[in-house]
Parts: sequence; structure tokens; C-alpha cells
Amino acid sequence: MKNKYKASIFFLFFIFCFVVFYKGLNNPNIYTPNIKVKKNIPLFKAKDFNSKVYINSEKIFDENKYYIVNIWASWCVPCIKEHPLLMELSINQSIKIIGLNYRDNLNNAKKFINEYGNPYTQILIDSDGTLAVEFGAYGVPETLIIDKNKKIIKKFVGPINEETVQEIKSIIK
Amino acid sequence: MKILKIFLITFLFLGTTQLKSDEKNNDFKNKILKNIRCLICQGQSVYDSESDFASSIKLIVDKKINEESSEEQIYEFLREKYGNWIIYDPELNKNTYILWLLPLLLFLLGGAIMIRKLKFKN
Amino acid sequence: MLANQIGYYSLILGLLFSFLLCGVSIRDFNNSNKRVNQNIFTLLFLQLTFVVVSFLSLILSFVNSDFGNETVFNNSHTTKPIFYKIVGTWGNHEGSLLLWILVLTLFIFLFLVKSREQPKKYRILTLLFQQLIIIGFFLFVLTTSNPFNYLFPTPAEGLGLNPILQDPALAIHPPLLYLGYVGSSIIFSASLAAVTQNYISKKWGQHIKKWILISWVFLTIGIMLGSIWAYYELGWGGFWFWDPVENVSLMPWLTLTALLHCILVLERRTALTSWVVILSITTFTLSMCGTFLVRSGILNSVHTFANDPARGIFILIFLFILIFLALGIFFLFHKENKKDLNNFFWLSRESSIMVNNWFMMYFLSVVLIGTVYPIFLDVISSEKISVGPPFYHKLIAPFLAPFLLFMALGPKLQWIKSKIEKKNSLIIFFIISVVLTFSILKNITVDFLFYTILISAAFFLFFTTLKKLFSKKFINVSQVIAHFGFSLFILAILFNGILSSEIITNIKVGEKYNFNKSEIFFKKIEEKKEINFNSIIGHFRITNEKGKVVELKPEIRIYNQPEIITSEADIKTTLLEDKFLVMNIVKGDEYFNIRYQIKPFMLWIWVSVLLLSLGGLISLFKNKYEK
Repeated sequence: MKNKYKASIFFLFFIFCFVVFYKGLNNPNIYTPNIKVKKNIPLFKAKDFNSKVYINSEKIFDENKYYIVNIWASWCVPCIKEHPLLMELSINQSIKIIGLNYRDNLNNAKKFINEYGNPYTQILIDSDGTLAVEFGAYGVPETLIIDKNKKIIKKFVGPINEETVQEIKSIIK
Repeated sequence: MKILKIFLITFLFLGTTQLKSDEKNNDFKNKILKNIRCLICQGQSVYDSESDFASSIKLIVDKKINEESSEEQIYEFLREKYGNWIIYDPELNKNTYILWLLPLLLFLLGGAIMIRKLKFKN
Repeated sequence: MLANQIGYYSLILGLLFSFLLCGVSIRDFNNSNKRVNQNIFTLLFLQLTFVVVSFLSLILSFVNSDFGNETVFNNSHTTKPIFYKIVGTWGNHEGSLLLWILVLTLFIFLFLVKSREQPKKYRILTLLFQQLIIIGFFLFVLTTSNPFNYLFPTPAEGLGLNPILQDPALAIHPPLLYLGYVGSSIIFSASLAAVTQNYISKKWGQHIKKWILISWVFLTIGIMLGSIWAYYELGWGGFWFWDPVENVSLMPWLTLTALLHCILVLERRTALTSWVVILSITTFTLSMCGTFLVRSGILNSVHTFANDPARGIFILIFLFILIFLALGIFFLFHKENKKDLNNFFWLSRESSIMVNNWFMMYFLSVVLIGTVYPIFLDVISSEKISVGPPFYHKLIAPFLAPFLLFMALGPKLQWIKSKIEKKNSLIIFFIISVVLTFSILKNITVDFLFYTILISAAFFLFFTTLKKLFSKKFINVSQVIAHFGFSLFILAILFNGILSSEIITNIKVGEKYNFNKSEIFFKKIEEKKEINFNSIIGHFRITNEKGKVVELKPEIRIYNQPEIITSEADIKTTLLEDKFLVMNIVKGDEYFNIRYQIKPFMLWIWVSVLLLSLGGLISLFKNKYEK
């Protein structure tokens, strides 16, 4: 009798393990930091790309609009792909796109902008990548959406595409 | 015979070249960097990696150490930005009680089973 | 093309032979003849032959760069050196599964040949259970992981082999490792067979011991080779990272070591029978579980093969079929013999073996829980956490000191009942260990108390086993060497950890970097072209504070297919320490980033594991000659 008890406990335990592993197979194993809780934008000081003057983060995000922070670099190939979509988004009056130039050579960055266009109301210099860390990013390109309450509500890792642009547009409405 | 053995071994150690890390600060910083996962690498810590991401993290950790942040505060900062995944040492919280305690419980259980099977008298 | 067809049909034949073998064996089982039907031997041999032919066909396809074969296409390239074309056969998912089947069929053949004195029904049942596993793998390969898929039209060139795998260790690490943990399948099958026959006894213990030893020795060496490879190849000077795939090879090793110790009891008397069966089942189950974790894509690791959900589900179901089968047989058939002398006197060698098992199971639970807990947590509450080295160190290190002490005292106890003899020498050794440790560590500012306890315990084991080695009395050579090897292992790792040092700096050609009265001089850069990569070799001259000079030449390799850049460290090994130098490109700069490490006693880490295996080997050969 005791044996049957033990056996059933073991069987149940292993069935549980099976179910967990089965479900685990369907979960993606690549880690994407997801934003469950809306985070505040970090407080920082950054150098403006054009004026070379340090600005406070509060001044950058002062208007009552949606902000998009796009992390890019001239050496980043997927950034070229997503750039036209950023140009398209920049036409929208209710969005302001802030560019974060990540670990880049300033001359090359200027050439990039001249060649592909400037969707950014403002570009910040992040020469050592520490500003990107403040935003919880880890590479280029990454795009973050900030709502009118100054909270980061969505993050896209990798270049944006038509689908993500639609998603952004629906959030902004 | 035994004394000979002891001398031999002690000699070996005295002869070892030692590059002592005199700076306690360096050890402290390295300890932290070894506990942070490089998110764009395959299974490397920030300490071991020379990637862009790792370099940025190293600068931030440097800055925070200069600002007298404690080890736990630095980890908290990174967890807030990137989630628990970035720190190798799983902290003890409601998600990880089982993780830390289950092996110890099993150890005690094993001990109990073993004691039951042992005879202590003649 | 022809090789491909031969390979594929050989596999199918192998599978058909499995069914044939099952049929013939079941008939022979019911046959009252005392000897196993000769035909079974022939069929097994033929099955093995077909698997070998299939394996050789795949190698041939690689050597011929037959890119029509999908596996060759995915993992090879015309410019790959011939050595890596051959050896790369098992550096991928499909090829390594062929290796699995090869070891499975080889071991059952050898088992049948070498077990002629064993009861016939037991041997046949072992064969049947093993064939079950073999059938499972044949089906897995043929349905989800066929190494002989043909691509049409034939690609002109392949995708190449990952440069990290292009290392001589690829030739021996997987085969030896597989002989170890795939070899444990025979223990699984044999113990299930023995349970149904109520044959778990002293006689069976003596018989199964050599299979446990064979599996254990190969597994130990296989794991060691993996660590050596990581140390030489990965470029950051570590050799164990508590990576899930490493953990997955360590877990069967822990249960196998525990089983090995239990068998020392079982070969003398019929005791601990249930536990031995459980360990036997668990070892292979952990191997299968490891295969699942590594090949299904459920875990993220640098070692994992390309993932595919279909494969994952197949192995998962296969794994759990085996688990439920084993559990079912255990609960249905196992009878705990009342005569089992299961209660041991507390001071006896039997009880010290139980203590070994107690600790081993604890270590196993730490590694197992650390590895799979993130999966459970992710599924149940969608939280992703990392479980890294700090977790394992914190939970394992405190238990090592008492474990080492038990390792020193246990073998001194007699069977059944004992009193500790020669207490004086033990006390002296204990004092020497502590004093020695204290005098070494007091100059080093480190977690003093913790390391003192741990290192003293290791020294204690070291001295007690060393004394035994020099004593002229009869000793159990294999056990002493193995325990001595382990003490050396712990000492080497601890001192390596405490005394290692590293310098990281950016340096230009022609520059000198000074530290601690030593100097690194970046002499020059040399560029070389090899068949499938270009390399930049840095020539460095390092002078230490005593004026001793060493020349190191780390390399940066730029491979052509796939386009990957790797850093190859240059390591100078001496008895006392390793000097380790690795070089990395700094983006957009003429500077190079270098890491120079001095790592004391690295060589002893490997030597000690070899000693450990040597202990096992000696026991294996003693076993043979005593028959």
C-alpha cells in the first residue's frame, strides 16, 4: 500500500515536470527585457549633436507630446534600413523623435544624416554608450516610445518595420 | 619524512610569482563585473567581454563606485534597467526562495533518511 | 551521392535489425535452453556493423565535401582542413546523434559478449531494454534529424564549421564524453533487467561494477577534455562556467560516482539494492534529460545545437516514456529483500559510503535545481532569472570541507563495524594542515576564515592519502589514488583561484606597459594567411620582476566561412603556473586590448583529474585480473 502511495506521488511529480518542459519548449529562449511596468525616463545630461551644449533631460522631454527615442549609429547597417520609416514618422505633428547617436564618430554621423535625412527634432551624443544603458538598451538600433506622462511604454529592439510603425501609430492615437 | 614533505611544499609556494592586486577597489569592481551578464555575448560576463555593451557597463559601474554606491545598489540599478536576467547571482526574493532553500531542505531530508538507517548501538 | 544512399539505408537496416532482435530475443527468452541463441550475437554484430557503415558514410560525405548532403552543407566548407572535415562529422546535431547510436549499439554488443557467466534471462532482458532505447534513437534520427537529407540542386559551397569548433579537442572530447554518458545506458538497461529478475544481489553487483567503472572513467576524462578545450579555446582563461550544458554533463557524473561507491557495498553483500537501482536509472535519465535540454532549444547557451521544436518534443516524450517505464518496472518488480542488511553500524565503511551518497545527492540537487529552475519559473510566472556561478559557489563550497574530511576518514574505517585506528597520525595531519594553510594564507588578504577551513580540509585529505601511498602495507591503490587526485584537484582549484592575477590594458605596437616591476613589451604584429582564415599575430615579450622573459604570441583570426573573428590565446604552461595572453581588436583604433593572466597550478588541475580517472582504471583492471 505504501508502495502504491509512493508510486503515485512520483508519477504525478513527473507528469508535472513533463507539462512544464512542454510549455517551456514553446517559450522563446532569447531574452528580451520586457516592460511590464511603465518606467520613468531617466534623468541625465547629454550633449546636443549640433550645438555641442549640455542639456538636461527634463528640457528635452518638456512638451506635451509623444516622444520616440531612436538609438542609431552611422556604422549600424540595419539603421539605414529603418531610416526611411523614421522619416515618415517625423512628419506626424504629435510625435517628436529624439535621436541618440551611439558610440559614433561625429563626422560619420553628420554624413549619415546628410545622406539619409534628419527625422530628429534633436540629436544627443552618446559617445561611450552609457546613455543607452540609462534607457535600458543594449545595442543598435533600438526604439523606445515615451508617452505624455513621461513614461517609457514600449521598446523595440532591432530595426523598426512596417508592422512596428503601424503599432506606433495606433499607440499615438 | 613528514617534515621533509612540509618543507618541500612550503618552498613551492614561496617560489610562486605573485602578482598581488593591491588595490582593494579593483577587486571590488571586478567582483561586480563578474556578476553582470554581457547581454549581447554568449555566456560571458561583463568582466570577460570587450564588447560595446560591456564597455559601457564597465564605465557606469566605475562611475557608480566613485559615487560610493554599494554593490547591492549597483545591481539594483541594473536590474531596474534590464531585469533580473542581467545579474548572475539570483537574489533571495519571493521568486527564488525555492531555488535557494530546496537543495538545503533536500540535504536535511537526506540526513534524516540516513540516520534512520544507521544503527547506533551494538 | 552513393555514400549518402549507403549511409541512409544502413540506418534503416539498423532499425529493422532492432525489431528483428526484439523478436528473436523474446522467443529465446521463453526457450528453456540455458545458452543464448548464437543468432542473437550475429544479429547484434550486424546491427553494429550497419551503424558503423552509416557513420563512415557520413564521414566520407564530409571528406568529399558532398554539399548535396544537407548536414555537410550546413557544417562544412571546401577550404576546411581535412582533419576538421573528418572530425566535424560529429560536431553537429545529426552527426552527434549517429555517434549516440554507435555507442548504444557497441555497448550492448560488448555487454552480451562479456556477460557469458550471467543468467540468460537477465542478459536477454538487458538486450531488450537497450534495444528499446536504440529504436527510440533510430526513430528520432530518421524522422527529425536525418544526417542523409539530400538537397537538390546541389549547392556549390557549404556554410562552414564554426571556428570555435575547429580545434583538435573536437576529435576526442565528444567521443570520450559519449562513451561515458551514453555508456551509462547499459547500466540503465541492465539494472531494469535485473530488477524484473529479482537479481539485484551481490553477484550482480560484482558484474555491473566494471560497466559502471568504464562509463565513469570515460565520463570523467570527457568532462575534463571539455574544460581544457574551453580554457585553451574560448580566450578568457576560465575552464568551468556553470553553463547549462556543462552542468548537464556533470549531473550524470555525480550520480555515477555515488553509484560507484554504492557498488562497493553491493559487491560485498546484498544491501542498498533499491538505492542502487534508483541511481542506475537516474544516471541515464539525467543523460537523456541533458540531451533534451541541449538539443531542444529550451535553454540558451553557447553550447546548444540549432534548435527545432519538433526535435524537442520528440526527445521530451522519449525521455518521459523511459522515466515512466523505469518507474513502473521498479515499483512493480522490486522486492526489498527482508534479509537486506540495510542497517549499518554508524562507524563503518558502509556508513561512510552512505555519507558520500548523501553529499553527492546534495551536490546533484544544487546543480539540477540551478539548471532547471529558470525554466520552471519562466513557465509558471514568466519571470526570467539567471542562475550563475555565484549560486553554485555559495551552495557547494561550504559543504566541500566536511566532504573532504569524510573522504579522508571513510576509507580508514572497516567494513561492518570499526573503530578509528591510528588516531594520533590523523590528529597530527590535521594540525599540520591547519598550520600550513594558515601560514600560506596569512599573507594574502582574502576571505580568510572560509579559505582556511576549506584548504585545511583539502590538505588533510592530501596528507592522509599521500601517507597511504608511501606506506609499505597493502593498500587499496585505486581508492587512494582517486581520493588523492581529488584532494589535489581541490587544492589546485583553490590556490589557482586565490593566487591568479590579471592585467587588462590597451596597448599599441612598440609600446611598453609596466606593472609591479614587470613589463609587457608589444614587439610587433605579424600577418599570416591560412587556408580558411587570416590571422594577426601579436608578438609580446613579458619580463617579470625577477628578469625572467617569456614570449607570447596571441592571435586574432578572421575566418572566411562563416565570417567570424576569434581570439586565440597563447598559453605558456609550466609546472608552477600558466602564463596566459589574449589580444582583442579595439574598434576604430590602432590600439589592441590585451589581457595577461598568471594562473598558478593550472596544469595540476588537469593532472589531478587524470589521477582521479587513473584510480578508476586501476580498479577496472584489478577487477579483470581477479576473475
